[in-house]
Amino acid sequence: MDVIAAETAVLEAEGLTKHFPLPASGRELLGGHARVVHAVDEVTLTLHRGRVTALVGESGSGKSTVARLLAHLQHRTDGSVRLHGQEVKVRGGRKLRAYCRSVQLIFQDPFASLNPVHTVRYTLSRALRVHGHAGRSRAELDQALTDLLGRVRLTPAEQYLAKFPHELSGGQRQRVAIARALAAQPEVLLADEPVSMLDVSIRLGVLNLLRDLKEQLHLAVLYITHDIASARYFADETLVMYAGRMVEGGPSETVTQHPAHPYTRLLINSAPDPERLGTGFGEYDEDGELTEEEDLGEPPSLVTPPTGCRFHPRCPHVMERCSTETPPRFEVPDPDGAPTTQWAACWLYANEEASAA
Amino acid sequence: MRPNRFRLPRFLRNHKAAAGALILLFFLVFAVIGPWIAPYSPDQTGTAIVVGPSSAHWFGTDQLGRDIYSQLLVGTRGVVVVGFLAGAIATVLSMLIGIASGYLPGRGGESLSVLSNVFLVLPALPLLIIITSTQQSNGWVVILVIGLTSWAWNARLMRAQTLSLRRRDYIEAARATGESTSRIIVFEILPNLTALIASGFIGTVVFTVLTEITLAFVGISVSEWNWGTVLYWAQSQDALAQNAWWWFVPAGLAIALLGTGLALLNFGIDEFVNPRLRSSGPARIKTATGRRVRMRIGFTPVTGAPGELVPALAQDPEGETL
Repeated sequence: MDVIAAETAVLEAEGLTKHFPLPASGRELLGGHARVVHAVDEVTLTLHRGRVTALVGESGSGKSTVARLLAHLQHRTDGSVRLHGQEVKVRGGRKLRAYCRSVQLIFQDPFASLNPVHTVRYTLSRALRVHGHAGRSRAELDQALTDLLGRVRLTPAEQYLAKFPHELSGGQRQRVAIARALAAQPEVLLADEPVSMLDVSIRLGVLNLLRDLKEQLHLAVLYITHDIASARYFADETLVMYAGRMVEGGPSETVTQHPAHPYTRLLINSAPDPERLGTGFGEYDEDGELTEEEDLGEPPSLVTPPTGCRFHPRCPHVMERCSTETPPRFEVPDPDGAPTTQWAACWLYANEEASAA
Repeated sequence: MRPNRFRLPRFLRNHKAAAGALILLFFLVFAVIGPWIAPYSPDQTGTAIVVGPSSAHWFGTDQLGRDIYSQLLVGTRGVVVVGFLAGAIATVLSMLIGIASGYLPGRGGESLSVLSNVFLVLPALPLLIIITSTQQSNGWVVILVIGLTSWAWNARLMRAQTLSLRRRDYIEAARATGESTSRIIVFEILPNLTALIASGFIGTVVFTVLTEITLAFVGISVSEWNWGTVLYWAQSQDALAQNAWWWFVPAGLAIALLGTGLALLNFGIDEFVNPRLRSSGPARIKTATGRRVRMRIGFTPVTGAPGELVPALAQDPEGETL
């Protein structure tokens, strides 16, 4: 498994960190430290060809920033990004264009991501031309455009090419945005909440489209979402982020069915479930033990994040160690003792790690 | 309808734009041919003093027996040339400074913004009065002073709009596609500013024309003929008290008409560059049975005969993939 993973790894991020500076207030001008928002801290992830990796977290957990850092729309504060094992250091220009050819981003809001003054034809032909896939003649360009729209199932293509974005529905716009990303013939697709702005009735259609594209084009997909249920449906691997840090990761099925980190459990329990009516939030059954009803609380300030584990002020299992030391990744043992790739950044699993080692 | 019938450019198919362009064309033609077709020299005096319109003098004469029709015709060129040149100077300056100060990060953008704020508080009209009364009054001085002092307001508007555009998703998307910065500014940001640039240009032209006429009216630059000069003489000779309406009404109407034409053009541009304001096709259509139906948004008229199928207007691909 690990051997295959190493072979198909396309895009890797290690220790990815992004701090946004805040406007200095009076005291800081007089010699204090400039304050920063710790949007993303030490995020490590690997994207593989033909696999979907979901990044799950609540609003403000930094998951969209990870996508923008990977797309090089923002410059990282620290850490490294490797494409095919080669460190990428891009500030713009031709190198950025070459990088964009492999890594493409799909934006969350299809109502904002298409320029209202350009037709679908213009938007898509630019994307083709920038990466040299437009062909030599007009006929070749038309053929490429038709293929592109056919791929996202906007047919007949002629009906859509002359349209302006405002003449299309949300789902159609998102398909055009996906087509624009595909025009570069990328290897990696970063999908930043691609369905969260769409009507519930058409979400599944767009998700299925992304999955088909992944399979046909053998793409590596980073699927960013706040909806852990869709991650289970769509992704092979799921990573959970909280307050700018990764807290848990592993195969989607395991992470969603046997969440290890207390935050993941809260997240899953916070999803409305008709079968749990009346039992309240934050209540979870672990080893037959019912914990008390927990207040979900609020995500912490990212300007002055909590020390140690960032979840400790809200955690029902908080220990002394949690507020002082940042937990590393610990392997989560499988209940049946089978080998597992699930991990959690939580001190709860520290002892088992030690005993297993 | 013949297939190869002459078709107007899309912009002029808009009624407002067409009307505005027609009015503007009217004045442009007179700006060119005015001095040639004027029946008299505007300074040529005569014996018929302050007489009303006649076949000899279409718009009557003034207190020296000069022909007012000729004065207006000759004056059109000055009005149009000064208006458009000063408007062009101000628009180019406001584009350069406004977009640069909006797109450049940090100090550079800030200092350009400060510069436009300084120019914003410069009072253009008093400045003009001072400069033109000390200098040998010359059309170029008026053009340059108006052009160099009236760009700041539009520059601020463009900076604000650029600031709001540069973080939009579609600009970021263009960067993620791999477009270069210059291409993003020219092809992604600039088209979204077209309405602002065009209306800024036309607004400055209106402002310039009015400023020039005001200058002439208060008696500062009366050496060259324009509509303001006519009004200046009408005012100083008490045309109203003499019931000499022909003296000031044609000049006033010309100013109003030019202003209207420019404003109509402005509305037309606005509808043209904003696809959302564009109406798609004629609002009234004729059905197969010869009845006329008015199309409205959100309303699909069902006009087929009973049993006849009305084809769906559009197909949504979402339905198939679900």
